[in-house]
Amino acid sequence: MSVLVIAEHENGQLKPETAKVVNAAVAIGGDIDVLVAGTNVADVANSAAQIAGVNNVRVADNTAFEHQLAENTAGLIVELAPSYTHILASASTTGKNTLPRVSALLDKSQISEIISVVDADTFKRPIYAGNAIATVKSNEAQKIITVRASAFDTQGEQGACNIEPLSMNISNTLSEFVGIEQTESERPELNAAPVVISGGRGMQNGENFALLNGIADKLGAAIGASRAAVDAGFVPNDMQVGQTGKIVAPDLYIAVGISGAIQHLAGMKDSKVIVAINKDPDAPIFQVADYGLVADLFEVLPELEAAL
Amino acid sequence: MKVLVPIKRVIDYNVKARVKPDNSDVDLTNVKMAMNPFCEIAVEEAIRLKEAGTANEVIAVSIGDKACQEQLRTALALGADKAIHIETDIKLESLHVAKLLAKLVEQEQPELVILGKQSIDSDNNQTGQMLAALTGRSQGTFASKVVLEGNKAQVTREVDGGLQTVSLSLPAIVTTDLRLNEPRYASLPNIMKAKRKPLDVMAADSLGVDLAPRVELLQVEEPAKREAGMIVESVEQLVTKLKTEAKVIS
Repeated sequence: MSVLVIAEHENGQLKPETAKVVNAAVAIGGDIDVLVAGTNVADVANSAAQIAGVNNVRVADNTAFEHQLAENTAGLIVELAPSYTHILASASTTGKNTLPRVSALLDKSQISEIISVVDADTFKRPIYAGNAIATVKSNEAQKIITVRASAFDTQGEQGACNIEPLSMNISNTLSEFVGIEQTESERPELNAAPVVISGGRGMQNGENFALLNGIADKLGAAIGASRAAVDAGFVPNDMQVGQTGKIVAPDLYIAVGISGAIQHLAGMKDSKVIVAINKDPDAPIFQVADYGLVADLFEVLPELEAAL
Repeated sequence: MKVLVPIKRVIDYNVKARVKPDNSDVDLTNVKMAMNPFCEIAVEEAIRLKEAGTANEVIAVSIGDKACQEQLRTALALGADKAIHIETDIKLESLHVAKLLAKLVEQEQPELVILGKQSIDSDNNQTGQMLAALTGRSQGTFASKVVLEGNKAQVTREVDGGLQTVSLSLPAIVTTDLRLNEPRYASLPNIMKAKRKPLDVMAADSLGVDLAPRVELLQVEEPAKREAGMIVESVEQLVTKLKTEAKVIS
């Protein structure tokens, strides 16, 4: 067996998801290569070479891959595909955008968002917003898989392995990059933060989300939101935790003014410790919380900030 | 311009899926079904393009058993001009769906195909991207804004770190994210009118696509339950518990 892991990177840095996807690759077994596609990605390649278990890092450093357009990256992966039995990417927006295109070009059924590896052909994945876990066996000769990174451990480190430059240049005339508006934040990313504090409809408006800032500062937390808060226009969608937003599994998740709709629970119920603050004692969020506080969030948030 | 909108009949998003006692699958008997929420957004976007005069025909298509005609009627009531039902009783994988849709794209030649980014049952998030690959078209996934100008579609995409904008040459494939629009409700007169709109039925196996399964569903189980927690009385008690019992803060 041989596994190709597509590296996840941004602004010249390898993202922590990659070491988790490699962890899934190790569970599958066989030789593991990592593909780094982008521009000015020398640091990314060096970091990837130090993930334990990686044999070879293949680097396509070319402006064609600068913005990770699916049309170009998928073309590159298809070129490299014949050497591999498994192709894995993180179920990030980049992986989700690119890998199904690869799958269809290779005429293979894809398996999305695996949360565990049973054997080299068999995987578990959540369906119905995480209300059920399916065990699926792929009969394809080549498996194309996206990995829910938060469900896997971070692979350890090793002395750097071989780094191989690739000369492929795959461009397309159908799509072009126009721009990116990056969310500016001093805080850790939701997917990687050890602590996440999220606000829901109970926050009442966007300004009140400022009440979470002081607590997030003290805990080194990322700030998230429920879909209800996003739909109400309090905060942007990239803060959304849930089935239709980001799936997180931090050590500590604090849900503030969130009722606990199915689709929100799907995004956070694998957190190690869950705290719920809600004034409605019947809110479903309390059924998954380790510690529940039935109280008015506007009274207790300042108290909590002071107590930390 | 012609817009094709593939839609899927799924469990209503307010209903909690239950696993069958024999762990063979999720139990959908007597469960309320509806149009997949992301597909509703796709239909709405297509209808807005028609209202703006950009599109002149909106075709809704659904693949599945007879029951999905109910969702096609909903799409017609919302403003689609015509519906196509590709009928099959087989449980299809995303690749099969994309291949059937690719055949339809070949026949209908829409300049734009708008799909939901994922369905809330299988949660695959694959079909749009696969359709783009199979038809050799460009893709604008997870769209929060679509602007059409000449033969280009400018698509703003919801990506992990913010918003990415790409410019696609038409014909193209777009998949919808939540914030693209807020779908309307069908009015009663429109629901009545929809009954007279054309709904063509074709058999899935007439399209020459190999629908043999490639992935087996071995088992479906309930997710691990979290153990019941406790209600704390005060912020002070909460902080103490987090420090000494859960040991997640110091």
